[in-house]
Amino acid sequence: MAQERLAAIVGLYEWPKRKDPGVSAMQIKAASIKHALDDAGLSWKDVDAVYDAGDGEGGGLGAVAAYLGLRPNVIDTTQVGGSSYEFHAAHATRAIQEGKCKVAVLSYGSKAATQRIPIGTGGGRAGGSWSTNMEAPYGMTLIANYAMVAQRHMAQYGTTSAQLAEISVATRHHAMRNPQAVQALHDMAVQNIGELTVADVLESRMIADPLHLLECCLVTDGGGAVIIASPEVARTTKKKPVWILGSGEALSYVTNTGDITTSAAAQSAPTAFGQAGVKPSEIDIAMIYDSFSITVAVMLEDLGFCKKGEAGAYIEGGRLRYDRPGAPALNTDGGGLSSNHPGMRGIFLLMEAARQLRGESTSQVPNAKLAVAHGNGGFLGSLHSGGTIILGAD
Amino acid sequence: MPDRPMPAFPELDTQAYWDATKDKKLIYQQCSACNTVVFTPRAHCTGCGSDNLKTLQSKGEGTVYTFSVVRQNRQPAFAEMGAYSIAYIDLDEGFRMLSTVVGVKDPTTDIEVGMRVKVDFERQDSSEYLVPVFRPA
Ligand SMILES: [Zn+2]
Repeated sequence: MAQERLAAIVGLYEWPKRKDPGVSAMQIKAASIKHALDDAGLSWKDVDAVYDAGDGEGGGLGAVAAYLGLRPNVIDTTQVGGSSYEFHAAHATRAIQEGKCKVAVLSYGSKAATQRIPIGTGGGRAGGSWSTNMEAPYGMTLIANYAMVAQRHMAQYGTTSAQLAEISVATRHHAMRNPQAVQALHDMAVQNIGELTVADVLESRMIADPLHLLECCLVTDGGGAVIIASPEVARTTKKKPVWILGSGEALSYVTNTGDITTSAAAQSAPTAFGQAGVKPSEIDIAMIYDSFSITVAVMLEDLGFCKKGEAGAYIEGGRLRYDRPGAPALNTDGGGLSSNHPGMRGIFLLMEAARQLRGESTSQVPNAKLAVAHGNGGFLGSLHSGGTIILGAD
Repeated sequence: MPDRPMPAFPELDTQAYWDATKDKKLIYQQCSACNTVVFTPRAHCTGCGSDNLKTLQSKGEGTVYTFSVVRQNRQPAFAEMGAYSIAYIDLDEGFRMLSTVVGVKDPTTDIEVGMRVKVDFERQDSSEYLVPVFRPA
């Protein structure tokens, strides 16, 4: 099937600091948009669509447009957690195809580290709704929710902690090649900065069985912006366009008889790959939301890189490193595990995928042509979102 | 030990469920039109949309579908609890609920996927509602 170039990522900017008390989340967004427009060779006035998940100080009601001083024709404040930006990229692609806009900005800013937000260990959540009233008494932290998926994966398929640890080892290897990630590890006062071994991961403190500390993402400040443009605009921008070839969106949630080891990706990925006319085996770069090790394992299966239940064997032996053939390179920026996780890291998946297809990564895969960015938002063991974007270079 | 965080009311879907805990009853719903077992409580059937649901009492017997042991929770009620479990329990009547497995010596070693459990109701100091928890059967 011929690949249709629907729209393109033409500009990007990642906020370089992971702990930045001197800047607000909204300032991160505005400055990042300017830098990303510069990266594309576009101007402030070219922007006619704004996609933003409403985070940041006074950020609700699409306030980012007012803060920026823009009057876009398309405003989308979809907020589905960490995968919001894959949803935004999908929506922007459709809006561009419909001719509603030509230059869309996706923006993100968060002060999770400075504000010491307990993202992973802050449950149970306050009562008062159909869902929280059934969860509040039990103290289900975000990490424990993901850990329940890992526990079931282990019981059902024989997956081991040593296998899951390989994900942390591979992403740390990539982080050590990325100066911003290395700085982040210092700024976050991570204890052992350097390459990790499987043993290091297994010896780190248990947070929620069976997940160890080094299987959990960092909590950082950060943000950034991505510019998505129409094919006509993309042919005039500074850098080579990174084409959006397909997208898929899905939600999944706990049911009475459902399989907790299967995520929303099992629904969003076939849609995205189908639209792109691309097979998982053709993918060079896999940017997969690594909130926790188990998130990646489940999504490698659901994205179609291996069969359900076989991720443990698939990830063994450092197979996901950027310099190993036979599998896609995983999270070559260092990922949420070792570079940055300000709460919703989906935008960074798009950025690093684009850097790889431009040839700009610090762990560059030679001649990378096809990438997948799969974001996951919410609670993998209960209500969560999945957004899949397939990207291609010319 | 401080009480567990408790449900907040008014909340229309879950009121009857929590009221039933006062009599140590674990209730669930089933659709009269298509027999779908509905849980968590709702006013409509998740299988067909019908509002013709009957309320049934569970025997409270089931199997651990999966679990985790929380070693760290910054919220005060749980910070004092030490390591505690959370679990999805598959009740024999066909519904899956979030709860906790208590009454084991060491939650980090004594809980397994597939183990049989039975409901118990844990009284709180400052709430009229009891919290359904599970013990090894
Ligand atoms: Zn029904």
